[in-house]
Amino acid sequence: MFSSIQLTRNIAHLSPRTKKNGRLQLQKFLQSHGFASEASFETKPYKLHKLESGPSTHVSVTKEDALVIYRQMNTIRRIETAAGNLYKEKIVRGFCHLYSGQEACAVGMRSAMRKQDSIISAYRVHGWTYLMGVPVLGVLAELTGRKSGCARGKGGSMHMYCKNFYGGNGIVGAQGPLGTGVAFASQYKEEGGVCFTLYGDGAANQGQLFEAYNIAKLMNIPVIYVCENNGYGMGTSAERSSASTNYYTRGDYIPGIWVDGMDVLAVREAAKFAIEYATSGKGPLILETVTYRYSGHSMSDPGTSYRTRDEVQVVRQTRDPITSFKEKIINTELATPDELKAIDAEIKKEVDAANKTAKEDTEITMEEIAGDVYSNTLEPTIRNITPWNPLTHKRVGPALNLK
Amino acid sequence: MAASSKLMHKVFKDASQFLKVGCRLQAQNVICRHASHFTYFKDEPLKEFGDTSKTNMFQAINSAMDIALDTDSSAVVFGEDVAFGGVFRCSMGLQEKHGKDRVFNSPLCEQGIVAFGIGLSVAGSTAISEIQFADYIFPAFDQIVNEAAKFRYRSGNLSNCGSLTIRAPCSAVGHGGLYHSQSPEAYFAHTPGLKIVIPRGPYKAKGLLLSCIRDKDPCLFFEPKILYRTAEEEVPVNDYTLPLGKADIVKAGSDITLVGWGTQVHVLLEVAKLAEEQFNVSCEVIDIVSILPWDKNTVCESVKKTGRVMIAHEAPLTNGFGAEIAATIQEECFLYLESPVKRVTGFDTPFPLIFEPFYIPSKWRCLQAVKETVHY
Ligand SMILES: Cc1ncc(C[n+]2csc(CCOP(=O)(O)OP(=O)(O)O)c2C)c(N)n1
Ligand SMILES: [Mg+2]
Repeated sequence: MFSSIQLTRNIAHLSPRTKKNGRLQLQKFLQSHGFASEASFETKPYKLHKLESGPSTHVSVTKEDALVIYRQMNTIRRIETAAGNLYKEKIVRGFCHLYSGQEACAVGMRSAMRKQDSIISAYRVHGWTYLMGVPVLGVLAELTGRKSGCARGKGGSMHMYCKNFYGGNGIVGAQGPLGTGVAFASQYKEEGGVCFTLYGDGAANQGQLFEAYNIAKLMNIPVIYVCENNGYGMGTSAERSSASTNYYTRGDYIPGIWVDGMDVLAVREAAKFAIEYATSGKGPLILETVTYRYSGHSMSDPGTSYRTRDEVQVVRQTRDPITSFKEKIINTELATPDELKAIDAEIKKEVDAANKTAKEDTEITMEEIAGDVYSNTLEPTIRNITPWNPLTHKRVGPALNLK
Repeated sequence: MAASSKLMHKVFKDASQFLKVGCRLQAQNVICRHASHFTYFKDEPLKEFGDTSKTNMFQAINSAMDIALDTDSSAVVFGEDVAFGGVFRCSMGLQEKHGKDRVFNSPLCEQGIVAFGIGLSVAGSTAISEIQFADYIFPAFDQIVNEAAKFRYRSGNLSNCGSLTIRAPCSAVGHGGLYHSQSPEAYFAHTPGLKIVIPRGPYKAKGLLLSCIRDKDPCLFFEPKILYRTAEEEVPVNDYTLPLGKADIVKAGSDITLVGWGTQVHVLLEVAKLAEEQFNVSCEVIDIVSILPWDKNTVCESVKKTGRVMIAHEAPLTNGFGAEIAATIQEECFLYLESPVKRVTGFDTPFPLIFEPFYIPSKWRCLQAVKETVHY
């Protein structure tokens, strides 16, 4: 029996129409033989701002990709559950913001990203850190401030980094211009990459962002601004914080796309479109992914004083990004419930193990308090008045960006 | 953290107590985020202010704003999420009582919040704005330093924003990490035209905040966030104000002067107790209350009396406000000094996430400094 990938390749040279027919036939054939290799779906219509045409509402996914997406979204959900519990056990220092409910945004974008693309976001980044290549332990141990954390415990929940992932910003809105600079570097070095620059509906009102929009358009920088509209900035709803909640239009002269952020395939499609747009020399684009956060703003916010429990329940039941994707791939026989169960079990095992290690791991040593303040310390010691005086400054971290 | 214990041991062999406590702190920090590093010392309100009730610091601040709104029809309160009470509940209930046009949420835009307040104030309203955390005040740095502080001067007093008050929670809280812990007072203290106040508890907070609100210069009011709930004492229920620019001698003593503000005052009061018990050293503890202007007289008079001084603050050493105090003391009290002016502060590093217990000027570090200064 030939593989589905081979079959797909075999029809690659055909005309779009024949191709589509061929795909459908292939799908039917495979389905009639007990499994599907690819399935197609209709997304909610996108809303467009200053664009003649947008991403296709007809999206398809291969079995292989579907399983990856399923695994990624579920892993993020489980990481967040573990993070929440660690916080409640008082093992997490600093603040802790969970991404549960918003998984489709990150996973959709990630599956469209190429190796030269990068991303920068705010403080709700446990999921992104994992998606960009940090093992689950690197995320959870960063939360617990231990040395296996991706920043060796020096950053904590809000500050995680890895290759092509520029964090991890605690100051709301700061990442807007930062991401614009990252994208400009790629343009300047002719690397062909884009930088997904993510911010929330609350952050969308910071002045810095509008400064960034302007320079990005002025120089046609390949930056993709992504407003993850989860309805609230802390306790303030989007309607109360923003004179226009059409965030995809708020770049004025920058075209924008509204996309259902609970539909991972729609986000992926829109992100692909955006990459193509931005790298074709047209410059920046704004994506608004409409989504929802299940937890409170951070662990210290129960998340119930400014919205009803009912509201959260309704989203969980009708729009959950994972449940809806799971239904889709089961209904189209891209995957069987048993296959998915097996994946669930693997994820649980992985996260549980990481969780355990993240609690048992040790912290970096005291010397590192004076580590990495500078790259090139002109003074060998860090000034302080303590019993540990003198405290020698040292370089510890390998600078990822300079590799 | 065995290596760090070893390090401490190496450097601090003789002080076995320090070592023990240092390790305990470390251990606490692992298990518990909320281990607080000080014991709260209550204030006694002046009798003349009338009836009191048991009040914590967020309630005292709430009461001050409530009174300001009651007594000044031009006063408005705004900031991120303040309509629901704000992150620390300081404005709880104020919107219900005073209306949506007087107590309202601002969008997430610190520069906008401050600048909006300056505009309001310039046009004659009393603006009471909140920056959610002092760590987030920097997007507004330009507006504070270049507009608020200079409005009066550059216009030859044709115009000013004296009725502006900016409140912001500051300082260490036990688990805040890099962006929920900073003490930025020194950045602003470099700016003539501003007044900067940091209360040490509920009683002081209420009277000082009302003074700031009514003062005719733009005021920055930094509230040590760890005190919001942990500090509770009898606070006058009525309207009262406490003087700006006036330090408090919170404990009289004769051998050494300890200077601090905010949370650190309580650390120093405990240090004074320990120094008394352990080395029979009598400490005079001064809360300078106002950073700008600061009460040079009270501090220098005390130093002239004791001949020794230690200044402690959470912000980093270099250019921390202690530097200004030290410079003034050496100038004013040179011939009275028995030992160099001592400082105990945060390190010259960003505020650390996991090393907070080491970074803050804990009672043990301060006690050690007292010992060194006295035995100089
Ligand atoms: C400059 C600044 N101001 C305020 C804050 C406090 N704060 C942290 S997150 C947040 C709300 C942000 O909302 P949004 O942009 O919608 O992102 P979400 O939390 O929904 O992901 C606020 C006010 C901050 N971190 N930085
Ligand atoms: Mg939001």
